[in-house]
Amino acid sequence: MVAFRFHQYQVVGRGLPSAIDEHPKIYRMKLWATNEVRAKSKFWYFLRKLKKVKKSNGQVLAINEIFERNPTKIKNYGIWLRYQSRTGYHNMYKEFRDTTLNGAVEQMYNEMASRHRVRSHCIQIIKTATIPSKLCKRESTKQFHDSKIKFPLVFKKVRPPTRKLKTTFKASRPNLFM
Amino acid sequence: MPFKRYVEIGRVALVNYGKEYGRLVVIVDVIDQNRALVDAPDMVRGQMNFKRLSLTDIKIDIPRVPKKKTLIDAMEAADVKNKWENSSWGRKLIVQKRRASLNDFDRFKVMLAKIKRGGAIRQELAKLKKQSA
Repeated sequence: MVAFRFHQYQVVGRGLPSAIDEHPKIYRMKLWATNEVRAKSKFWYFLRKLKKVKKSNGQVLAINEIFERNPTKIKNYGIWLRYQSRTGYHNMYKEFRDTTLNGAVEQMYNEMASRHRVRSHCIQIIKTATIPSKLCKRESTKQFHDSKIKFPLVFKKVRPPTRKLKTTFKASRPNLFM
Repeated sequence: MPFKRYVEIGRVALVNYGKEYGRLVVIVDVIDQNRALVDAPDMVRGQMNFKRLSLTDIKIDIPRVPKKKTLIDAMEAADVKNKWENSSWGRKLIVQKRRASLNDFDRFKVMLAKIKRGGAIRQELAKLKKQSA
């Protein structure tokens, strides 16, 4: 599989132990970031909004990348997100069909950028889940829940097998059928 | 003209772009409009864009996302390998591969064989011309 732009990390952290609180509560977050450094930064961003703790008086205890358990199985992913548009914040629920969660998240970022012109730094993922086929809400994912799926490929553009063999001009008109 | 080759579970396709170029794979499931889950006896099951696949006429009978062993048995039962190598498309690919792998001595032998064949054709043609003249 091509390298994913967004990796899933699990970040575990807590406030620093002090005289008043010998064993502060430990918090764990699963989030998406392009690399580990960004993941830690995002962790503090979200934790600051939820608890009275900052990076300066806290510590990250562990950061691990989470990999897909079953990358050869096709799953329906539901992603709940919060994004900032030009006029305010909105919540959204999107469904994607993919083999891995990272792939579905990458699809989501691409789709938000193309359909709503929302860049990746304006998107916050609230929740992701694998949805069983019965509970899918969107027609565009439900149309592939067919065990006898069959469709023709209507437009067949013939490509040279390597970019080296690409030419600007062709001697004859290509046949696009089949 | 109706379509004859459909994307369906069990359709055999040829990879025509990328790292897996030239490999015969079986479409094992459809992810969405552009991608399929694809499997072959000697590769890890993975996803592939339809743009990289050329559908063939061969279709085998498999359930959706079969185990590797079921897939291999179904491919043996349908005799995909022989059907492919005897089809005109498969034969052309074999000839192309053979021609690309010739060394200089082989090309010399091909040149001699072509000259011999041309000579034989011209002899026959001369005979037929004499008869009709």
